[in-house]
Amino acid sequence: MNTWMDIVRELEDAAAHPRQAVLRAMRETGRNAVGCFPIYAPEEIVYAAGLLPVGMWGGPTRGRMADKYLQTFCCSVMRANTEQALRDDYNMLSAVILTTFCDTLKCVSENWKSAAPQLGLIPMVYPQNRKSASGKQFLREELMRVSDELERVTGCRATSESLEESVDVYDDWRAAMQEFTALLPNHPRVFDAKRRHLILKSVFFMDKKTHAERIKYVSAQLRRLSAESEPRKRVILSGLLCEPVEILDIITENGMQVVADDLAQESRQFRTVAPRAGDALNRMVTRIALQDGCTFLYDESKSRGAMLVDMVRREKADGVIFCQLKFCDPDEFDYPILKEELAAARIPLLHIEIEQQMDSPEQIRTRVQSFAEMLG
Amino acid sequence: MEGQKTSKQWLGELLNRHYADAMRVKAEGGLVAWSTSIAPQELLETMGIYTVYPENHAAAVGARKCAPDLIGFAEGKGYSADICSYARVNLAYMERQSCEAENMPLPDLIFCCNNICSTVVKWYENISRELHIPMILFDLPFNHSREISAQNVKYIKGQILEAIVRLEEITGRAFDYDRFREVMRISTETADWWKKASLLARAKPSPLNGFDLFNYMATIVCMRGTREGNELFKLWHDELLERKEKGLGPWKDGEEKYRVMWDGIACWPYLSDTYKILKKNGVNMVTSTYPDSWYIMYEEDDLDGMARAYSSIYVNRNLEFGVDNIIGIVRDFQLDGIIFHSNRSCKFMDFRQFEVQRRVEAATGVASVIFDGDQTDPRAFSPAQYETRIQALVEMMENRKAKGGAEA
Repeated sequence: MNTWMDIVRELEDAAAHPRQAVLRAMRETGRNAVGCFPIYAPEEIVYAAGLLPVGMWGGPTRGRMADKYLQTFCCSVMRANTEQALRDDYNMLSAVILTTFCDTLKCVSENWKSAAPQLGLIPMVYPQNRKSASGKQFLREELMRVSDELERVTGCRATSESLEESVDVYDDWRAAMQEFTALLPNHPRVFDAKRRHLILKSVFFMDKKTHAERIKYVSAQLRRLSAESEPRKRVILSGLLCEPVEILDIITENGMQVVADDLAQESRQFRTVAPRAGDALNRMVTRIALQDGCTFLYDESKSRGAMLVDMVRREKADGVIFCQLKFCDPDEFDYPILKEELAAARIPLLHIEIEQQMDSPEQIRTRVQSFAEMLG
Repeated sequence: MEGQKTSKQWLGELLNRHYADAMRVKAEGGLVAWSTSIAPQELLETMGIYTVYPENHAAAVGARKCAPDLIGFAEGKGYSADICSYARVNLAYMERQSCEAENMPLPDLIFCCNNICSTVVKWYENISRELHIPMILFDLPFNHSREISAQNVKYIKGQILEAIVRLEEITGRAFDYDRFREVMRISTETADWWKKASLLARAKPSPLNGFDLFNYMATIVCMRGTREGNELFKLWHDELLERKEKGLGPWKDGEEKYRVMWDGIACWPYLSDTYKILKKNGVNMVTSTYPDSWYIMYEEDDLDGMARAYSSIYVNRNLEFGVDNIIGIVRDFQLDGIIFHSNRSCKFMDFRQFEVQRRVEAATGVASVIFDGDQTDPRAFSPAQYETRIQALVEMMENRKAKGGAEA
């Protein structure tokens, strides 16, 4: 019998070694893998088709092959993905779904048609008018179109029954993740910033059902433990992602813990669960309609700032760290508004600019250190 | 028609009047909208909502060299130097409400169509939030397939109908469908004259100095749905036709030696510099992707057609379409070269430029160069680099001519 710490290490290991983890998951489940670009790739459809959804969130990859397609002022996640595609690192994938939420993603999808034709690219467009009748209908049709495309490329088809089951699996996983992340703030020494991140990231390279079981098991053990008494400064992370992991170590070294996040790579995957109403497609459409405070989804009320203020109050956080992935336009537009809204609520805010392949996070170290000192 | 004015004189007057009228309407309590440049303005024109265009305004601010001050202000507020410079200029103007170059009133509503890029959604979302005014978003899905799908058309049409209801709520007035039909007719006619005029540059030599496209563009953006716009572009067409029939080239004092296309937006702060270097070398920019951008054609009363037309512009189309479009332009206009502007503001245009260049070159053999610049931020442009690239282009074009010219 594994101890719960063995499971924690297994999850960390999956996030740290994605390729091995994916190959293992493929072996264990007998499923072929399908790459899912950030963000909101309709994994439920992939899973329902008997395939294994795999997250494609860049990495520390260096190299200049991507220069053939992309200028240097393209975000580091998309440059890394393109580099990896050109190096044929994704040769275990049977298809790739790419959702085009920003101008960079639109271009990457078009470039990949010639850069990596073997990857069976399926572009997908989410409606920005996601709450209106026409937008909801469009998303429903787009999900069906992607399902058809997936079948054309992989030969695997989601049925209405398997999709119902799959959405249940995903919602169950989302609920499990919500419970798990709510338990973590009591255990900042065991679940420091880096470990929290790796565990949340590990799902991209594992079978969802297996991941949910592991998480539930760890949560059950955590409930039995008493809260750690050593006080730490409590921060919330917001942005696309917070990588490289050295930044998370810097956060920990400066006496801070991540009590919650608003990262696209982490909690935005599971913070909204649609009510059980209508069929599976309807639940998927409703989840996107309800998912507010995300920079990639049009929000006339621009609620991200208010949401963060609420989150800070609820989690009794001391401050927010805005993780700006360099050249990520949507976040760059949100930041000045957030900055004003958090200042009005007297919430300390640190803005750090990150790239996935940073040589040295020393400059960030100094800024995080000053922020920690300011929090007192 | 107003006397013996040339279209260029009239153009200047119309633009001055455009901003003056907007200020007057606002002062008198009328509604003003800010809109993206290729949006279904027909709805606003029908509703009698005066519309100004932040992209036009930012371009004018850039051309009159007033952008750095506003850009600095926006960056001071926390806007990254890496985002679109039109957005930085406009978001700063929204707060400052004053600029030596040109003034326009603040909006009562925001009208945003993302067929030109995804960035406008974020930019306009911020305006709507900061000014606490309603925003109508036309979400035109990017066309990853070659054709515009029925699924996309249905969604866009649905949004047009939803927007009409919202406009009725905002104005408290019923939508006048007779007036709508009239505006639709005027808009397509104007677009047709714009396209016909710009196509006259296919003649050799071209009667059009293509940098004029950049000047006339401001008017096709803001006056496509008006009678004045319609008459202006007909006049421009007639002038160019006359020049063509007389065999006149683009310049009084120089011969058109090379014909090129400009890909991307102008470098407004360096408009004259970029022009002069071309002219000095006998290079006439005869066309760009602009003529088709406002060629929004549909039948009166055909909302499906209107939805399809707004979705069909090349920046909302896949790379395959973009490449074939440029190949068509190279052949139609008998181009010797292409100048690709790697515009720091426009990630959408930039991040497929390398692949477009490779494919167009492979298909046509046309010479081309890429230079670094920006539409309004002067910091991203180097006159020396531009000149070196143009010289390289001229050499390539000359070599190609020596070997037998286009299609050789």
